[in-house]
Amino acid sequence: MASKPLRPSVPKEPYVKILKILFGLAGCLLAIACPATQAAKTQLTVYTYASFVSEWGPGPLIEEHFEAQCDCDLKFVGLEDGAALLSRLKLEGDRSPADVILGLDTSLTAEAQQTGLLQEHGLDLESVDFALPWSDLVFVPYDFGYFGFVYDSEALPIPPASLTELVNNSNGPRIIIQDPRTSTPGLGLVLWMRKIFDAADEDAWAMLAPRIVTVTKGWSEAYGLFLKGEAPMVLSYTTSPAYHRHVEQTDRYRVAMFKEGHYRQVEVAARLGTSSEPQLAQDFLGFLLSDTVQNILPTSNWMLPAVHTGQPLPDAFHSDEVPQQMLRFDPAQVQDQRKQWINRWLFALSR
Amino acid sequence: MDKSLAVCIVTLSRMRAYRVISLWPGTLAVAFLGTLIGGSLAGIMARFGTGDLTAIVTDAYLHSVIGFTLWQATLSTLISVGLALPIARAYARQSHFVGRRALITLMGLPMVMPVIVAVLGIVAIYGHNGVITQLMRAAGFTWSFGIYGLGGILLAHVFFNLPLAVRLLLPAWEQVPGESWRLASTLGMSSTQLFRFIEWPALSAFLPGALVIVFLLCFTSFAVVLTLGGGPGATTVEVAIYQALRFDFDPGRATLLALTQLALCATIALTMSRWLRSQPLTQGLQKGLRNRPDRNALLNRAVDVLLITLSALFIGLPIATVVVAGLEGPLLRVILDSALWSATARSLGIALIATLIASVLALGLAMTARRLVLVQRRPGATDLVLLAGSVSLAVPPMVIGTGLFLWALMTGTTEVITLLLIALINALMVLPYALRSIAPVLIDSGRRHHKLCEQLGLQGWQRFRRIDWPAIRKPTAFAVALGSALSFGDMGVAALFDTSGAITLPVMLYHRMSAYRFDEAAVTALVLVVMSMILFWALDRIVGRWLS
Repeated sequence: MASKPLRPSVPKEPYVKILKILFGLAGCLLAIACPATQAAKTQLTVYTYASFVSEWGPGPLIEEHFEAQCDCDLKFVGLEDGAALLSRLKLEGDRSPADVILGLDTSLTAEAQQTGLLQEHGLDLESVDFALPWSDLVFVPYDFGYFGFVYDSEALPIPPASLTELVNNSNGPRIIIQDPRTSTPGLGLVLWMRKIFDAADEDAWAMLAPRIVTVTKGWSEAYGLFLKGEAPMVLSYTTSPAYHRHVEQTDRYRVAMFKEGHYRQVEVAARLGTSSEPQLAQDFLGFLLSDTVQNILPTSNWMLPAVHTGQPLPDAFHSDEVPQQMLRFDPAQVQDQRKQWINRWLFALSR
Repeated sequence: MDKSLAVCIVTLSRMRAYRVISLWPGTLAVAFLGTLIGGSLAGIMARFGTGDLTAIVTDAYLHSVIGFTLWQATLSTLISVGLALPIARAYARQSHFVGRRALITLMGLPMVMPVIVAVLGIVAIYGHNGVITQLMRAAGFTWSFGIYGLGGILLAHVFFNLPLAVRLLLPAWEQVPGESWRLASTLGMSSTQLFRFIEWPALSAFLPGALVIVFLLCFTSFAVVLTLGGGPGATTVEVAIYQALRFDFDPGRATLLALTQLALCATIALTMSRWLRSQPLTQGLQKGLRNRPDRNALLNRAVDVLLITLSALFIGLPIATVVVAGLEGPLLRVILDSALWSATARSLGIALIATLIASVLALGLAMTARRLVLVQRRPGATDLVLLAGSVSLAVPPMVIGTGLFLWALMTGTTEVITLLLIALINALMVLPYALRSIAPVLIDSGRRHHKLCEQLGLQGWQRFRRIDWPAIRKPTAFAVALGSALSFGDMGVAALFDTSGAITLPVMLYHRMSAYRFDEAAVTALVLVVMSMILFWALDRIVGRWLS
């Protein structure tokens, strides 16, 4: 009985052919992905954020100058942003191939230090003529900036003169800001508001809320919308107008200087305890403070140099765009209360 | 024991074994997906703990986030697919007009554009300072679209998903045999009756796929929701996952959230496909719509022309602003840059490998799904197989990426396999499109020819080559073309990994934006759009004619 139609035979599908092609292509991809074997120079791996190493960022120039003096191979690894840097560091733990991490800002330093992965820089910072007060055994500041509201002078002739005015004037300009849950400037504004309004920050956010056009994931989305004319003001940096003057030769975009002062962001670098090249890493940290690098930073990273150099800032940087008052929180306090402050922001804007 | 009984038992057990073995392509594919997704989630949990489940279950804020996510995804899906039905029908009815191919190609564009580019394009038309508002202002009106809020989210989601749904539904009409139209013509069926008795059964095989894909895409939407949502009231689960993984660095929580999202999406997708059971189609030998009775009626023509024009404008205008912005930028400087072309080549490589992996997986799943429904008569199992190949859209690429990265770290291969990882994750994102395009046609081809193939003893490669391939050639070509264009424009995954040495084109675009170079980014966006169009067109043609 039942013998003929039930001959079990596994159908030969076209998989073998396709798999062959697949493996061939995967091989090609691996070949592309494998870095060409380099001459056996010591390699220094620096983790940083993407725009630092992009074509116009300071990365390529710094690499060129440092390699000329160190006889080594400086390798930048560009990650999405400062937060991505820190999370990559935590993911990798003591397996990290990085020697130096560059691009954390002062709202993340306490958390970074807590990982126990960083090592003291060992540099003598006493003799450095810093443009900002600084003393820290682990982190070396290479540049800094202030958060500020950039406005389109064609759409907004007279900007608010203070953060209080921006918040209280219900007929004030509409603004675009970034989300503190996903971006550094967004977090910066939460800290700034907290600094000015203290415990009344939640009410201040509620006052401001109707004039917030939208809250974006990151700086690029917000600035892109601003340039499209979606709002006359956007949260950015006090140095943003310098870019437009220096590269685009236009004075149209300016920053509203607030009389309470501006929240400061310092970008820092540190070396890792697991680094196999601790001396080279230290040399690199020192090199960041050299005139060579400090003079590159303003017109490539669009931030203020951390060290006074002999060379004045380019003309595009106006002196009246330097805040008179510098506002900051202690990094440890930021780490402790960040979540709570963000939740207050969330509550005020969601209601 | 009776000898014949023994033979019977042996045969039966062989039969059962055969039943299982014959499902190997799908089993392998499901195992691969399970290993990839499960392995990456397990990797994170093993290293960083499982997160606090009670904290997630009792979090009132998270409940409101899930509620909003469901609400906007449901609305977006209903509007996108609801509008796609009449528009796809208009395209199907007007099967020959100049520019039809071009318009259908245009439909493939929104979804391959990086989100930020598309959002800037949409804003340039509908925003506070958009073309429409400016025209209104010039005409003396002060009214403007409230684009920031739920309206903006829906607008953008419809922009992305309406054309996708049209393209996913359009092949349904090609499945209708010419005889049906002739019969309908003889019976003098009205347009409504045609829809009810001829088109709906054909659509029922494609509709669940379109609904599931669009729903999953809207459910997991991230940058669109944040950028156009107007405030943190508009937050999706995906945003919470990003936050947990990035700023709060709590991978355990991120994994739990990802599992929550996966469970929700899988339940909803399964319910949807249970509810929309596909109906068997009338068989026939003729092709074409020549005999469709209602295609030349004046009113129908007018409606079709109107629908096609409006949808083309809705999709075309934002794309046009992207093109114009690109042409206004420093075109030569960007195009003559060799870095642009090596990034393009890299994106191309990733796209092709991702699509190849996805197509192989989709074919395996579809073969097994067909076997389950036609030979083993278990349509429920078919639904599950199709679901397995679709829910990869509900797994956040960022979480999978993190998991795979951890595995690579453990084996010390991070540097070598970065591009392969990106391709793998992209394959997961492309798989649902491939599966949902190929599976219905393959199953239909089986319905028509299975008995004949059995009689002729036609199986394996010969059957695939002679019977199945001619049937699925066009949908496969479409899936491959769409998938690679999609993966070509993907930034999400590539941005997770080391992006300094080996950047892809979309990452390059993003770099330019984050360095103030919005004008050069605009040109890059134009190159990206044009390249994905060429890629789509070329693959659609090459694969569509392969072995014909």
